[in-house]
Order: sequence, then C-alpha cells, then structure tokens
Amino acid sequence: MQDILTLLGVLIVIVGFALKLDAILIITISLIVTALVGGLGIDGMLEVLGTSFVNNRGMTIFILIMLATGTLERNGLKESAATFIQRFKNVSASVIIGIYGVFRMIMAAFNVSFGGVAGFVRPIIFPMTVGTLESKGLEPNPEYEEELKGMSSAMENICWFFGQVLFIGGPGGLLVQSTLKSLGYDVSLGTLAFYEIPVAIVALVVACGYFIWKDKQLMKKFYGKTKKEAK
Amino acid sequence: MSFFTSSEILLSDKLLELLFIVMGLIVIYTGIKNLSDKTNPNRVGTAFFWVVLGVVLAFGRWIPAQVNGILVLLMTVPAIAKRVNKGESRLPTKAYMQKMSDKLGLKVFIPAFAIGIFAIIFALFTNLGALVGVGVGVLVAIMSLMLLSRDNKPMTFLNDSAEMLGTVGPLSMLPMLLASLGAVFTSAGVGEVISSGVKQVIPEGNVVIGIIVYAIGMVLFTMIMGNAFAAITVMTVGIGGPFVLAYGANPALVGMLALTCGYCGTLLTPMAANFNIVPVAMLEMKNKYGVIKNQVFVALFMLVFQIVYMIIFR
Repeated sequence: MQDILTLLGVLIVIVGFALKLDAILIITISLIVTALVGGLGIDGMLEVLGTSFVNNRGMTIFILIMLATGTLERNGLKESAATFIQRFKNVSASVIIGIYGVFRMIMAAFNVSFGGVAGFVRPIIFPMTVGTLESKGLEPNPEYEEELKGMSSAMENICWFFGQVLFIGGPGGLLVQSTLKSLGYDVSLGTLAFYEIPVAIVALVVACGYFIWKDKQLMKKFYGKTKKEAK
Repeated sequence: MSFFTSSEILLSDKLLELLFIVMGLIVIYTGIKNLSDKTNPNRVGTAFFWVVLGVVLAFGRWIPAQVNGILVLLMTVPAIAKRVNKGESRLPTKAYMQKMSDKLGLKVFIPAFAIGIFAIIFALFTNLGALVGVGVGVLVAIMSLMLLSRDNKPMTFLNDSAEMLGTVGPLSMLPMLLASLGAVFTSAGVGEVISSGVKQVIPEGNVVIGIIVYAIGMVLFTMIMGNAFAAITVMTVGIGGPFVLAYGANPALVGMLALTCGYCGTLLTPMAANFNIVPVAMLEMKNKYGVIKNQVFVALFMLVFQIVYMIIFR
C-alpha cells in the first residue's frame, strides 16, 4: 500500500496538467506530497530540494545567454534573418518551408531563437508561402492556406525540438546529465549532443521530404489544372 | 573566498561558480529594477521572487541545503499567487531594429554564433566544460556587439536581459523545479515502484524490449504531461536505469535519445499547448489540431528511427 502511495505525486502531476492548473503550483504540491508520503519528512524534503536546486543551477545558463540575446534582437537579428530567408522567392511554398526548416535548425543548434510562430512564422514565413502562389498567378485557396499554416508551424516545432538538443549546454542535455548522475553515470554535455546529430539530420530530412510530397499532393488537389502552366 | 583561493578545487568549478554569481547578480538586478518600476502592477512580489532566486543562484553553494530548500519554496509563493509581473516594455522600436539590420546585415550572426561555437570548442578541447565555454562565448558576443555599434553600452546588455527575463517570468525556474521534483521522486522511491510494475512486463535482461518500453513510455508519459522534461526523470529512474542501463547500454546515447523520444510525444499532444495549440490561435486556423496533424508522420517516423538507433548502437 505504501508503494502505491508514493505514486500519488505522479498522479497529481498528471491530473494537474490535465486540468491545466499552474505548472509551478502542480510541481510544488506534487513535490511536498511525494516527500511526505515517501517518508522523507519536512527536513528531508527541504534537504533534497535545496541540494537538487543548487546542483541544477547549470540549467539557468540561459540567463547568462540572455545577456547577449536581448541586445542581439535590438541589433536587428530577426530582421536580418528575414532578409536572408526572403532571398528565396521563386520556389514552391513547401520549399520555402523546407529552407526555413534548415535555417531554423542550424540556428537552434546555436541556441538562437527568432520568437517562434508569433515572432517569425506568422509575420514572415506564412506570408511568403502565400506569396509563392500569387507570384504564379494562382488564387489563394483557404483550405490550402490552412495546410500551409499547419506545415509552417510543424516545421518550426520539429526543427526547434530536434535542433536545440545539438546546443552543448542546452537545458535538455543538462537535465539528462543530472538525471544520469543521480543513477551513478557521469556523461559529458558534448557526448550527449554528439549522439543527437543523426537524430536531428534525419528529423530535418524527413520533415522536408514529407512536406514537399504533401504540398505536391495538395497542389494537384487544389490547382490540378493550372499546375502545368504554373510551372 | 577560500573557495576561490583553494588549490584543491578545480579551475573549471571555480569558473562555473563565478558564472553562477554573475547570473545571480543579473537576476537580483532584475528584482531591484522591478521594485522601482512604477508601471509594474506587482512590484513587491516580483522583486521578492527575483531577488530570492538570484540569491540562491549566486550564493547557493555557501547556504545550507535546508535553507536553500526553504528559499525555493518561498519563491514559489508569489509565482503561484500570480504576483510576479513585468512593467511596461522598453523594447526598441521596430524602426530602430530595421535600421540596425540594414546597417549590420548578416554580421549580426557573428555574435549570435559565438556562444554555440565557444561551447563546442570548450567541450571538445579543454577541461573547463561546456558551460564555461558558453560563458566565454557570451563575453565574446557582448564585445563584438559593442564593436559593431556604439549604441551597445554595458547597461544596454543588462537592461535587455532584465527585460527578457521579465518576459519569461517565473517559468524560468520550471526546469530546475522539475529536476528537483525528479530528485524527490527518486529519494521517495517512485522509480522503484514503477520498476516493480514494469518488471512484470519486461523479461529480465532483455535490453531490446527494455529500450522499446523506455522509448514508448517516454512518448506516452510526455503526451499526458505535455512536457518531456517532467517525464525523463521518472522514466529514467523507473525504466531506463534498471532495465536498460543496468545491462551495460551506453548511458549517454540511451539517456539522451529517451528525451528526444519524449519530444515525439510533445509533437503529438494538445497538452503541449504552447507549441501545438497557441500557434493555431495565433495563425487563426480553423482546425484546433491543424498543427498536430502535420506532425504525426514525422513524430512516429522519428520514434521508430530512434528506437532502431538505440538498439543498434547501445
């Protein structure tokens, strides 16, 4: 019975997130409940919490990185990135999405972000994909636009997730490092990032290939007749 | 001070501690700046949160563990009560950023790449560690930005980072809080309970099945929680450790890929609202799952690829 009770904290996390409660609230309650039913007591809980928090300070390295990123944005980082992407004009919508994916993943590996969907996809990438239609004299179709929005956001997420793990000293690697350390395995951040290189490349290639294939099918579906002259 | 003068402590540890002090001071500065910011609706709560976090970051090493524990619990109070806010934004105008972009062009990517490049160099060629490399990279980025434009004064960097930190808000401590939750789970024996349950499914010593259960477990648990960071500690202690790593699998490879298997779960779940649901609203899409729908194929492909990769190179 005692065994099952220690899972109460996991249950709290699951239910809490499912009910969309405040994340810090859920984690704090789960932490306190688990410590108490798991027999750590108040002293033990404070000891584990304090030690772990201080040992994991490396995860806040982003605070130091912000010392440069805020001012990088002030100096036109996003605008320069947009200028760079806009060099690729006379291609199909999915190729724009693919080029953005490549660029996005390289940047993610260097921990450079442009503000995600709000900061980059909505103001720059999506209008560019629609622009490729107009430049071919095609009427934007609302259903096709919906797909372009979905593909652009998906590319953004995929490249950010699998690209960020290539940044040595990123939060994912740091968390894995500290988890493995608690089990007695010492691994370096460089090694962790190294093993992700094939994963990131495959993710990028598969995403680009899939979206280009999907776009071809969509073009056939929505613009079948005009396709030849569009080319 | 004896910490920094002692010859028994590695230089890398001293430099890392120095970075934590710098980071703590940035955070404390953010708190003080907010205290005097009349446009912030919750000046006291905001300042309390950042100053306490800054103290734990900068001086945590010299504070007894239990006191650190109390400080961490205390700073969650204004965060949970939604009393951590930010004042009016002091971001530069769009016109200014466009002007700087026209002036600097692609040169702005030099400081942007510096941080990652120095992290790689330090990780590969020195004993100082990747994080010290990140610190040096930030320093190089700052210096090159100062060379690129006279507008970039030391206070510009400090104020811009305080601004960004204010935007992220209390969620900035979430990764560390999740890591601490993992540590409490481990001490309370949550991992062992999960292990004893999984033991009935996985034949002992079968690492291949262990890897598959670990990877799929990461996906499912991440889908439920919407966050791979919350899943990785429990799953690694409960399944990865006893059923995969205990039999000699490569911990760096299997541990790290387990996290990215979790990311496949993040791509599939509406629980990861920031990535999958908020963009739907932002792009005014009709289908609530329009983003997830486009991620299903890639996520499933990547899951299979990663399982095969782990099995072959374990």
